[in-house]
Amino acid sequence: MEYILGILGPMLEGTVVTLEMFFVTIALSLPLGLLLSLARISRFKALRDIVGVYIWLFRGTPLMLQLLFVYFGLPLIPYIGIKLDDFPAAVFAFVLNYAAYFAEIFRAGIQSIDRGQYEGAKVLGMTYVQTMRRIVLPQVIKRVLPPVSNETITLVKDTSLIYVLAMNDLLRTTRAIVQRDFSTTPFIVAGVVYLLMTLVLTWGFQKLEKKYAVYDE
Amino acid sequence: MKMIKIEDVHKSFQKLEVLKGISLEVNKGEVIAIIGPSGSGKSTLLRCLNRLETIDRGSIEIEGELLVSTGLDGKSQYVPEQDARRICRKMGMVFQSFNLFPHLTVLENVIEAPMIVKGVKREEIVPQAEALLKKVGLVDKRDSYPSRLSGGQKQRVAIARALAMAPDIMLFDEPTSALDPELTGEVLKAMRQLAEEHMTMLVVTHEMAFAREVANHVIFMDNGEIVEQGLPEDIFNRPTHPRTKAFLSNVMQS
Repeated sequence: MEYILGILGPMLEGTVVTLEMFFVTIALSLPLGLLLSLARISRFKALRDIVGVYIWLFRGTPLMLQLLFVYFGLPLIPYIGIKLDDFPAAVFAFVLNYAAYFAEIFRAGIQSIDRGQYEGAKVLGMTYVQTMRRIVLPQVIKRVLPPVSNETITLVKDTSLIYVLAMNDLLRTTRAIVQRDFSTTPFIVAGVVYLLMTLVLTWGFQKLEKKYAVYDE
Repeated sequence: MKMIKIEDVHKSFQKLEVLKGISLEVNKGEVIAIIGPSGSGKSTLLRCLNRLETIDRGSIEIEGELLVSTGLDGKSQYVPEQDARRICRKMGMVFQSFNLFPHLTVLENVIEAPMIVKGVKREEIVPQAEALLKKVGLVDKRDSYPSRLSGGQKQRVAIARALAMAPDIMLFDEPTSALDPELTGEVLKAMRQLAEEHMTMLVVTHEMAFAREVANHVIFMDNGEIVEQGLPEDIFNRPTHPRTKAFLSNVMQS
């Protein structure tokens, strides 16, 4: 027990890094995903196609590869090459990757809304933007909560990939302690911390689902 | 001034021509019933009036304002989007499938459009909305969600919702076709009340009794054309066209 208390300090520091990655990624990738989903169903074919290729690229290659590319690859590109610090580089790759997944979830959600909802809004004089904001998207949120919850929980665990950029997140910190002390206890502690984080998320999403359960469709 | 004036309206879905040059004039306070077999183009005609469908050729005028006309290239030309939306706001519409907003309560369904489209303040529109709900007999359901309502109640909310925008013309697209027979009466009653208040109404319907009693003009459409039109008693008692006769004898039997 004393040993656990001793390693908890550095492990919590790692947890803070993990949580920072998580919250920044979620805060940026959800709105970006929504914009991409709207572009994906827009009436401009070129826009639809560009976003289609984007989604294909980011869902079709490993997140690890994207992470390495942004951090090590981008600086090597002639003329436009930019060198990002580890945290911005990781955020950049995570946001682009998760936005691609969220875009597909939102697209499916938006397309599942009955055409009659658009017609009902149109004959009341609403514009496309008003229809989306007030009528369609509020209903989409209810429908996409389960898949969004899934992705969000996956993200908590995916953040551990940033160890390849030598960032001291929860998992990398844990590994360092394991190698130092020749003990597997830190692994168990790390598992518990991850479980606690996903538990809070699960609760949060359950609450949201309950909130949206006030109406049926 | 005519409330609605349409001339030579053509509309095709791919190769199928569903409206073959429809012309029609509607006066203020008129209640027009449009009857005819399914696939005759009557719903499409209604949907062309408020741009749920765009026409290929012809012209539509609402209260003297041009919505669409035929351009020099022989194709339809609509007025700019903002004008079109303003013109179409003069018409309210009630659908066969209600199209209520499920995430909003009954009251919110009614006040939503006046608030965000017209910018009416909530405290101003709520009493009006309650009065409309009272009129259709649903003020006690104001805080219910649509999924808790019967079909007839949903359709009456839809009527109140359309009226909340204070339209001059009401379009009804088979408003009772999705209802159980015992629920059609309450909806027809609300519509009859509107007609008595001299609302201009276009009603696509299979309810022949309603068309006969409430409408002051009946249009029989078949195959994308207006085949015959006139006073209800003439159309129902003395149809002249063989297709009208065949259709009426068919529906009266069942």
